[in-house]
Amino acid sequence: MNCELISNEGMAGIPLDRRSFLMCALASGAALGAGEFAGPAGAAPLAAGAQAQNDAQFTFEAKFYEKLANRKIKCKLCPRECVVGDKERGYCGVRENRGGIYYTLVHSRVCAAHIDPVEKKPLFHYLPGTNAFSIATAGCNVNCKFCQNWDISQSRPEEVPAQYISPHQAAGIARKYDCPTIAFTYSEPVVFAEYLMDTADAAHEAGVRSIVVSNGYMQHDSLEQAYGKMDAVKIDLKAFTESYYAKVVTGQLKPVLDSLVTLRKMGKWTEIVYLVLPTLNDDDAEFRGLAAWIKANLGPDVPLHFTQFHPEYLLKNLPITPVATLERAKAIADAEGLHYVYIGNVPGHPAQNTYCPQCRKMLVERVGFTASQMLIRKDSTCPYCHHNIPGIWHA
Amino acid sequence: MTDLRNRSRRNFLTRCLTGAAALGAAGLREGGGAQTATAKSRVVVARDPLLRGSSTTINARRLEALLDRAMQSLFNLAVTRENSTAAWRRIASANDTVSLKVNTLGGRGISTNVDLVAAVCERLQQAGVPARNIIVWDRDTEEMERAGFRIAIGGDRVQCFGTDRVGYEDDLSAWGSVGSRFSKILTRSSTVLINLPVLKDHDGAGVTIALKNMYGAIHNPNKYHPNGCDPYVADLNMLPEIRSRMKLTICDATTAMYEGGPGFKPEHSWKLNGLLVAQDAVALDFTGWQLIERKRAEMGLKTLEAEQRAPRYIATAADSEHSLGHCDPARIAVVEIQGGTS
Repeated sequence: MNCELISNEGMAGIPLDRRSFLMCALASGAALGAGEFAGPAGAAPLAAGAQAQNDAQFTFEAKFYEKLANRKIKCKLCPRECVVGDKERGYCGVRENRGGIYYTLVHSRVCAAHIDPVEKKPLFHYLPGTNAFSIATAGCNVNCKFCQNWDISQSRPEEVPAQYISPHQAAGIARKYDCPTIAFTYSEPVVFAEYLMDTADAAHEAGVRSIVVSNGYMQHDSLEQAYGKMDAVKIDLKAFTESYYAKVVTGQLKPVLDSLVTLRKMGKWTEIVYLVLPTLNDDDAEFRGLAAWIKANLGPDVPLHFTQFHPEYLLKNLPITPVATLERAKAIADAEGLHYVYIGNVPGHPAQNTYCPQCRKMLVERVGFTASQMLIRKDSTCPYCHHNIPGIWHA
Repeated sequence: MTDLRNRSRRNFLTRCLTGAAALGAAGLREGGGAQTATAKSRVVVARDPLLRGSSTTINARRLEALLDRAMQSLFNLAVTRENSTAAWRRIASANDTVSLKVNTLGGRGISTNVDLVAAVCERLQQAGVPARNIIVWDRDTEEMERAGFRIAIGGDRVQCFGTDRVGYEDDLSAWGSVGSRFSKILTRSSTVLINLPVLKDHDGAGVTIALKNMYGAIHNPNKYHPNGCDPYVADLNMLPEIRSRMKLTICDATTAMYEGGPGFKPEHSWKLNGLLVAQDAVALDFTGWQLIERKRAEMGLKTLEAEQRAPRYIATAADSEHSLGHCDPARIAVVEIQGGTS
């Protein structure tokens, strides 16, 4: 699960309920790729609002698992290491053991497709002002109680409308609509790793880059192989305590920190988002510990986004994060020596802009999800003081 | 007549009544009191060693008779023809819409027996519930077909299909550790829920019987398997969608599994030739667990506790926070009966 909220508006800005929205999202995706998308498989509706889906079309043997006795398997994709019996599925709900062979059920099974500004991911140091063809399948390997996209992340693939979009079709759509990037996002791309890898390959062949918005809850090998194909990575670091990960995320912190270190060693451009939930992960000491860890293990130039929480899913009892809390978090992280600390989900806040850490001049101005001004030079330096500003700024 | 199989059945009703009448003639009566708030929870373990006769196929007539005996025993009724329907009037009336949640994950090897379900449907109709107001359901229609059920949608007959045909509610229902969307079959087409699980070992949860069968009523059961399904199973059964409707559990233990579940492993199954019937699903689960442990001991296997997969969720379901039933043997009255036609 990641924190990037799918737009809640349908075509022509008409508000839709979430189920209708999903259908609309697919319909708009079909419109985008008119003549390029394969038609929806089957004809007879199964459930209200759902399309019939040809399961075989999306089913491929999984890449990351080992076979055990008695037709069981152990999944090696994420630290959960689900041991899955025959005809059972893993925690993610999108991988199934069939006769001792583990399959992904979501290859090319796209349940959400949009063209988004890359700032919406958010990635602030990656091709500002450009769009990303953003896609997702159903499923997630954690269960965050605040998930914004739980309709798809916490569902099985057969429970949400989906459309077949092959890796080459995805690359073609990105090119056709002037998206220099395909983004794997909305649900949790870890669980559709095979599709992500094949699509990234197809995209690179077509001259399109790939980025991923992920929780980073992965095993070392799957991370290296899958995210090794990415041009940039955004990791949702949900909190800086194991207890929060256990209670709110249903996961573990340590593997996520390990993933961040691995990405750093791999040289992948990485940004971190920390969704601040009132009373649950908004303690000064936690902010300080987080910032200190990032500086010590990843360096001071990794962008850190403190984003505002909005009540959703199983945490509707909490209030919206006060802006003052986000500003406090930023002040602590700034004081710890991080160079690029942002405040997210607060439109118009000055901490959405990028400033040179040396001369303090504003280099990228953002309004909402739009980069309205971008002054960083082709050589990734500040035009005023020539300080190097890390990131992937130009295509 | 309820025809849930992909073959025609003979006059079901006539045969049922013949069996019940024969039993009634014997004038059998079980001991124990009726269940009250302060009384022990009553769990009937009904067995018929001749359920299969000399073949491997279950004798539908004997199974119907066993069901009647079990239901009459549950409500402490005399074994008479009249009481074969009187017991069901305690469960549902003509105004109810009754859904029967079966378990078909295990295919034909270990799924809720079609003849058992047909017998329940017949008795409900005799108790006044119109056929069209009875729905046999599980998660997936194809799985139900693979388990031997004939799909029926519409018309004045018993309905039989999976949640995939109608979908799940859009809104979440949450309690404790769970937040799930319920099958619309349960929420929109049931005033009474009858749970018809099977008796199985489960590699993660220890056992899967009545309480865990409700995983088939929600959209995200895969999220609730960590930590031996504890406290997820108990929390799920607290949700009003289940709790307000659940009236009866009839566990199909004609074939059971003591190891290797939940998928069907013939080498680890045994012909228990029985039914477990109760209104307290926690007590039924506890009793079923003990049957599995007994069989494991007989087969020289370690206890589930020794394998670190004892079904802790059963005790959680009985704790003061949940109070879904009893798992203390001192508060469970297990009534063992032998069934069969004369």
